[in-house]
Order: sequence, then structure tokens, then C-alpha cells
Amino acid sequence: MKFYRSHILIGIDNTSLEAGVKEIEAALRTELDKNNLSDEINILETGSFGYFGTGVSMMVYPEQTTYVDVKVEDIPEIVEEHFLKGRKVSRLILNTNLLKKYNFNYKRRIVLDNSGKIDPENIEEYIGLGGYEAWEKALINLKPEEIVNEVKASGLRGRGGAGFPTGLKWSFTAPIKAEQKLVVINADEGEPGTFKDRLIMEGDPHKLLEGLMIACYAVGATKAYIYIRGEYKLCIERLEKAIAQAKEYGILGENIFNSGFDLDIMIKIGAGAYICGEETALIESMEGNRGEPRSKPPFPGVKGAWELPTVVNNVETIANVPAIIKNGAAWFTEHGVEGCTGTKVYTMMGDVNLPGLCEVDMGTPLRTIIDQYSGGMKDDRKFKGALVGGAAGVFLSDKLLDVKMDYNSLEEYAAVLGSGAILVMNDDVDMVEMLWSVIRFFRHEACGKCSPCTKGNEVLYTLVSKFRNGEGCEEDLDQMIEISQAMLDASFCPLGQSLIMPVKSAIENFREDFLMKIK
Amino acid sequence: MAKMIKLWVDNIEVEVQEGTTILDAAKETGKKIPTLCYHKDLAPSSNCGVCVVEIEGTKGTKRACSTPAWAGMKVITNSKKLRELRKTLVEMMLADHDVVCPTCEQNNKCELQDLAYLLGVDDKRIPKVLQKKPLDLKSFSIVRDPNKCISCGRCLTVCQDIQTVHALTINGRGFEGTITTPFDKGMADSPCVNCGQCTVYCPVGALHEKSDIDNVWDQLLDKDKYVVVQEAPAIRATLGEEFGMDPEEVTVGKMYAALRRLGFDRIFDTNFSADLTIMEEGTELINRIKNGGKLPLITSCSPGWIKFSETYFPNLAENISTCKSPQQMFGTLVKTYFAEKEGIDPAKICSVSIMPCTAKKFEANRPEMRDSGYQDVDYVITTREFIKMIKEAGIDFKNLPEEKADDIMGKYTGAATIFGATGGVMEAAVRTAVAILSGEEMADVNITALRGMEGIKEASLTIPLKEGGELPVNVAVVHGLGNARKLMEKVESGEKQYHFIEVMACPGGCVGGGGQPYNSTIADRARRGQSLYKEDAKLTLRCSHHNDEVIKCYEDFLDAPNSHKAHKLLHTNYFERCKITGDTIKETTSKH
Repeated sequence: MKFYRSHILIGIDNTSLEAGVKEIEAALRTELDKNNLSDEINILETGSFGYFGTGVSMMVYPEQTTYVDVKVEDIPEIVEEHFLKGRKVSRLILNTNLLKKYNFNYKRRIVLDNSGKIDPENIEEYIGLGGYEAWEKALINLKPEEIVNEVKASGLRGRGGAGFPTGLKWSFTAPIKAEQKLVVINADEGEPGTFKDRLIMEGDPHKLLEGLMIACYAVGATKAYIYIRGEYKLCIERLEKAIAQAKEYGILGENIFNSGFDLDIMIKIGAGAYICGEETALIESMEGNRGEPRSKPPFPGVKGAWELPTVVNNVETIANVPAIIKNGAAWFTEHGVEGCTGTKVYTMMGDVNLPGLCEVDMGTPLRTIIDQYSGGMKDDRKFKGALVGGAAGVFLSDKLLDVKMDYNSLEEYAAVLGSGAILVMNDDVDMVEMLWSVIRFFRHEACGKCSPCTKGNEVLYTLVSKFRNGEGCEEDLDQMIEISQAMLDASFCPLGQSLIMPVKSAIENFREDFLMKIK
Repeated sequence: MAKMIKLWVDNIEVEVQEGTTILDAAKETGKKIPTLCYHKDLAPSSNCGVCVVEIEGTKGTKRACSTPAWAGMKVITNSKKLRELRKTLVEMMLADHDVVCPTCEQNNKCELQDLAYLLGVDDKRIPKVLQKKPLDLKSFSIVRDPNKCISCGRCLTVCQDIQTVHALTINGRGFEGTITTPFDKGMADSPCVNCGQCTVYCPVGALHEKSDIDNVWDQLLDKDKYVVVQEAPAIRATLGEEFGMDPEEVTVGKMYAALRRLGFDRIFDTNFSADLTIMEEGTELINRIKNGGKLPLITSCSPGWIKFSETYFPNLAENISTCKSPQQMFGTLVKTYFAEKEGIDPAKICSVSIMPCTAKKFEANRPEMRDSGYQDVDYVITTREFIKMIKEAGIDFKNLPEEKADDIMGKYTGAATIFGATGGVMEAAVRTAVAILSGEEMADVNITALRGMEGIKEASLTIPLKEGGELPVNVAVVHGLGNARKLMEKVESGEKQYHFIEVMACPGGCVGGGGQPYNSTIADRARRGQSLYKEDAKLTLRCSHHNDEVIKCYEDFLDAPNSHKAHKLLHTNYFERCKITGDTIKETTSKH
């Protein structure tokens, strides 16, 4: 084995690809060659570091120096200063004050523990860090019902938004006798501002595969699909590679580990409709139909895709499973709070210093997440509110900064955790504009099937536009709440049912913003 | 036996079979929960949300139309919350609806209008959000008004699931999503077969026939025009329903009387040419069987089926009878046989037909339907348009005297009248074919195996031959294009073999046609069919070959069934059509 003086980890994800990471990497190789450093300095591709904002980032080990927003023209300077002279290029280093002050190297990560560390395109690196041990343990040592029970005991709840207990979901499908059952991974991730699933898949695709394999064995499915949005090109590429590697290593395929268990995993690419994140619409889309939700019952777990019993789970949910099986439910429940165990991956956006991903324990208050994991408010502006849970989420005011972020605690305040998207807003933000943009999104993304949702969104859009144009009145605010309440009561699927959350919270928590627009 | 479960609907106990919906369970207690998108003939789309109910002890609401009842549930169908909610839902629909009730085709029949009135909604409370779109007017048969569409999805269920035509679909999503034709090209440039079932089930006026009422009035009021009329068998089984009469009785005499009062110059009957069709098609069948021709022979009376077969089963073109439909045979003869006999210039004749069918409008306008030298049938009006004309003219239909049709093309037999019901053409053909082949009349002409509403009916007959021996004949009857598709796939693959197949595009046959009164249910269709069989049983002549006007028409004009002249005037040819635009691609059979 070859030894290097330094390793440079380069985060390859969709954002960095757009920022030209491949050119920068090539420039770095050339520059190292030029300086005869290629034998001393190793370049490694990894997934996104997740929490460092945009642009191309690289991390130098062993000293753990992180450069951000690196451009091609910075390369000669980095090589000369850092690798020849041993002097860090301070102007490119991630704000060290921030790093010292905030707890980024959170040690309790479950889902993102490998992201930014390993080469996601190399199965051996995953295995080297204990990957696929859980799969082996599950397949060789555990009975399917033991796995279901373990997941039940872990208290893991669906991370896609609804928070349904995962083990319970599995327990509906597991006992059904059917020639074929399916597990489908919902990787459609359509919630605006949410990209946690993308970074999980880009950074650690084998973790998703391992969780999926365990889920399949637990419910008795020999076929699995990953339904992934078409825009996620890098995820698709990496997952395809990962599946091929797993097959090559005998981890996936026929008679895995001589257990007699066969499993095949396929990728289905979605066309980018928000509604296809709803599990029954996703199933329709998988079957080749227009993405529209189905009536429940029958529930997909009983009669899903192609009428087969189908378990649909979110990416983040499944990425928790290997750790649960490996370390046990009791270990898992040490994370998080009662009734809401484990960690949650948040997508931080808006007016914080370090937007990106962070994974923290369930129940961590919003204030802690902003101050300790997102670098605090940008430019030290005042916190006005946050849209939590994606477009279908709730506009929280500063009164709720110290509320514990977990399904149960938020529910008490009529709020939701949703997909874990958090859009932080400073006191400059106009809530009328925010709500207008949320409603505009739903008006476009409603599937058009049921009229409470389709018509309701259009009426809401008309009303909120009145405020934008200075034509609104107080009665319009009441009517907006009434319409979104009717949508909650009569829409066919969660899409229309969730408008009440942004509409009501924006109007009730930030009424002043609306009243100010009344002429 | 399905398990029985007990539940309470507004505190009234009821026992129903497991799997029964809340809506049906409520019905058992004597309560109709308000609905809009739901139709009992169709699988629920669950689109409108009007039927929401509350369940004690659960959060939120459930749709009564599609939620199965469970044991012990306590359903609340009416509460302050539900009343307000239903109002809001209907108000939102009206906000996106072109509310022009007085001039709407569905005025007084519209289910949205009814519901809005019953719920006492305020149609001004919610701001209007309707963005007007142009009407789709290019089809000969059907007009689509997107500004009235409430996206209930019934037309989609009918067009896609029951008829399997797929001419209607949703384009776009969200508020821009519209029910329209593939690629929004319009009904005329779509695979639409013009069956009009969408118009029958549309609860509002978003889909209806292209009206020819004004054209027909113009002709009737033009002194230089000689206006001749024919009426399909199904019309007489339907008019009674609309004029407060016994819906189980046919209204032939009053129908003729009404036509006379509308000012038609000559009142004939499509039933005459139905008998003629049997002579032509029966002869064709016998010839094909005897001479080893292409089998199975498939009927060609239904223009919806013809366009469907041209689009989806072009390989079966040679199996389809070359006979024109009764309407078109009639149209050709009016401007040839009748014009010649009466010495009237065919250019001055206007030939009008009254049909239960929207596809007949398309058929009359097919370019090949001009064997008389003119457009054979000038205008087709549907049952609905006919009823509107009777009402407009102020005719007291119920109290009209019983009158007769006019001579030379007005007589018919029982075999013709049952053309209007599924299985009727087959039964009529068998009556005549048996008589011709065996040389003897059937002792009992009722062939009940071919009657009724079952989707695909089959029968095996053994016909004694006059030259000795027997001829086994296998027949099938299908109605509804979804059923036709299923059967034709089996015929194409060779899984099923028949001698003769009757196909009607519309469920129930012509009595369930797309031009029949709005909201004709499967039960209505079955009842109308029964009325036709009842009329058949009352008639003395019940076989087409006994129609003396038909016999005379052959003697004086056509020579014999399938003669050269008959072929020239009464038979036609077919095309292959594009599955996306419906355009003709090429001829699949040549003109005889």
C-alpha cells in the first residue's frame, strides 16, 4: 500500500459539478504533477460535505483544512502555499471562527456518517467502514419478523413527512402471502428546498442499498425499485454503479450469502411532478400512468404497484435501517426524544451563515439548529420566522424558536417537521411574498384530479395576489383560511390538505405583514 | 355469502354487506348523501369532495362514495361543518365555471345547478377565477366547452375505461390541467369515435352534441325544400320518459304525429331500412358461409364501432359487413328510389334523420356517403335535439293522436324495431337467415339468449338446411366498445371463432346511445330495450323478409339482395385511421 503525506478530499455533488469541480480537479492534478507532488499528495473524490454551502469545497487531511468556493485560478496558489510551503491559504478557508464556535463535526450522525468521508463510487470504502455488516447479520442471523420487531422497537418513523412508524408499516405487508411483494424507495424528493435525500444518495449510495436490502428481506420482497427524480443525474449514476458493484460482490442478486434469498433492485426515473412524492401517485407513475393519487383503501402495503403488496419508504428512513440492525434498537433510541427517536437531517436555507445539511438528534430546538449547526443568522440580522417542513410546512414565528423539533412536539403547535426543510428568514422578509410564492408553487403542482385542491389553490392564489397588488382586505384573510380549511377537509390527498399549514400560520403569525399591504 | 356488518348513519342503524360504501349504506337508511362527480354506473373518481361525511371518533372527513363502511362506525352525514364545507366546495366550482345556465344545454338537468340550488350557495362570495378557453367546435358530433368542465372525471372513466377509446385525457397539471383530447388537438382530430357516451354522463354542459336544430328548422321553414325524415328504433322507446308518459311503452304513433306537426313533408321510418339491412346483411352472411368468404362477419350498423374498428382493428376490415348502416341505406334510397318514384328533384330533397346517436352525425358527413349523387343524409339530430324541437314548437306530445308513417318507406317488422337494443340485429338476422336457409319460418322467433345487458353474449345455433343436413352457426353479441375490444382481440388472435358478431358501440345498444337523454343510466337502457322487445311481440310481422315495402323496393328498384345495384347504393368501404388524430391513412377495403 502506498502512503501519502496528505489526502485532498473533493466533494462531488450536483452543486459542485455545476460549479466546475471536474475542471478544478484536473487543474489540481496537473499542478501537483508540475510540482512533482503526485506521489506525496493523494486526491480522493467523495460525496458532498453537506454543510458548507455552495461552490467547490475540498478538505485536506490530516490537518482538516477546508477550502470553500475554490476556483481554477486558486489552484496554483493552494499547491504552492499549502503543499509546498505548508502555509494555509487563509482567504479560502471556511470561516475558522465559525468552525470553532459551532459544532459541525457532530459525532452522533447516523445517516450522514460516511458522507464526505468515503468515495461513494467505491464499495470497498463503504465495506471498510463496516458497511453491509448489518445486511449480513440480517440475512444470516435474523428472521424477517425479528427485523420488523427491531425496527418497531427502534421507534423509527418515516422521514418523508408524515412520520408514520416504519416498523408498523412493514408489519402490515410482512405477513401477506403473495407471489411477489415490492419495496419502493421514494427518492422523488420534490419538497422545495429539500435536498437531503440527494446528498445521502450522492454521498453514500450503499447505505441506502443496504437499508433497502434489509427492508426487502424483512417484508419478503424479492424486487425493489428506487423511484428517483430525473433531475438527480449524479444520484442515478452513483446508484447504478453501487447496484452493479453490490451484484459483483454477491451482496445483491441470487442466493445472497448462500441464504437462498434473491433480490433485484431497479431504478425508475420520475419526470419531476411534485405529486409523485405521494406514495400512491408515485405508484401510478411507476406503472406508467399519469401521476395521480389513488383511493385508500386499499393501502399500497396490501395492494400497491401492479396490484402487488408494496412498501414505500423514504430515502432517509431507509438509510437509518443498517445502523439500527447493526447496533440494535436500544442504541438507536438513545438518539432523539421519547416517541421520536433517532436523528433528523435538515436542509438549512435562507438567512443563515452556513446553509446546507445538518444531522442532529430529534428534538433539538430550532434555535440550537440555527445557532450551532448553521452558523447563526447571516449578518447578525434578527430572526423573523422560519418555514419549516417545506412548502407544505408552517411559518414559525420567533415564539417557537425553543420548541423541540420532533413530530410530537411540533404537532402541539399545529406545525410539522415535514421533509426537514428549514427556510430561515430575517426581519427583511415580506411574508406576503413568501406565502404568494408557496401558493404559486401549489397552484402549479396540484395534479388536477380533485377539485377542492385544484380550485382551492386557484382561489387562494387570486386572494394572495390581491395583497401583493395592494387590493386585499381583512375579509380576504378570513376567506383564505376558510378555503384552506375546506381543502384540508375535502382534498383527495395530502397535497391539497396541507395548504392550511402555510396559509394559516403565515396569516396568524405574521398578520401585520398582510395588514400593512391593505391600502 | 359476504359478511354482514352493522353501522349507524345519523343514528339510524343499518346492516350491509362488507365492502358496501358509506354512500350505499346511507341509501339503505333512506338518505341520499349529496354527490356530484359520483355516478352509479361508473367507478368513483372521488374528485369533487361533495360527499364528505364525518365519522365519530376519527379525525377529518371521508368520501362517502369511495370509502367502504366498517362495522360499528357512526357516520354523520350532516353537521354545521359539513354543510358549510359543501357550500364552499360548490362555490369554488362555480368560481371556475361559466355560469350561463339559461342558455346551457343542461339547463334544468344540470347536476351542479341542482346541487348549488339545494345547498343554497352564494355564487358571488368567492372571487371568479375562470380563465376562458375557446370551445372545441370542429367535430361533426361533439362540442366540448372547457369553461363549464368541473373536472369530475366521468367522461374520462367512460372514454378510457368503459369505451377504451382514449380520446379524452388530462393535459397539463395544476390549475392549467384540462380535460381535453391528446395533445389538445380537438375532438375532430382525435381518436374520438363520436359515440357520445361522454355527453350522456357529463353532469354539466361541458360536453354535448353539435346541434343541427337551427339547420333543420331552416329546411322545414324553406318552402322550396322537400324535407323527409327517418327515426331510429330507439327514439320511440325514449320519448315517453321525457313527456310524462309510461316509460315502458313505445310511442310510435305520437312520434309520427309530432313530426307531422313540426312540418316534415314525408314521415318515414329508419325501421324500414333496418329490415332492408337484414335482407342485405343476411344475404351477405349466407354467401360468406356458403362460398367460404371471410368469417366472422361483423355488423356495421354502429358508426361509433366502425370508426373504432378503423382505428384500433384495421386488420378486421374485411370481416366487417360492407352494408351501410340503416340510416345511410335510407338516405341513399330517399334521393334515388323515393325521388324517382315521386318525381321529385333529389337536389330539392332534404333528408333528416333522428337518431339516439352522436356518431351518426359524423357518419352522415363521411365523404364516401354520397352514392345518391348528393350527401345522402343532410342532417342528423339526436333524441335530445328532437325533444327540444318538440318543446320549442309547443307540441303537446302526450295528448297527440296516434298517427301512421307515410307510404313506400315507412313500414317495418318487429325484427327492425329490436335493432335498437343490444342483440336485436343478431336476432333479426337469425330470423331471416333461418327462413332462407331452411326454407321454413321459425316456429318461435324469440331468441332470448341474445337479449339482455350482459357485456358479451354468445350462442350456438343449428340451422336445418332445405337441401338437407344442418349448419352449425356460432354467434356473439357485444355492446360497449370496451367489450368489443376484448372480444376482437380474441377474434384477431384466433382464440375465439364465430360466424357472425353483432357490435354496438354504446352500452345497451342504440337505446343507450350518446344522443339519448342526459344521464341515461344502465337501468334506463335496459328498460328501453325491454320496451322494444315488447313492441316486437305485439307486431304481426316479425321478420324482415315479410316487410312488403322492402319486397316492393327490391321488385321495383333494387332487383335482389346483394344485386349489383344494391351493392352500388347500399354498401360501402372502410379505411385505416391514425390512432392519434383519427385521420384516414389508407383504404382497407375497396368499394364494390
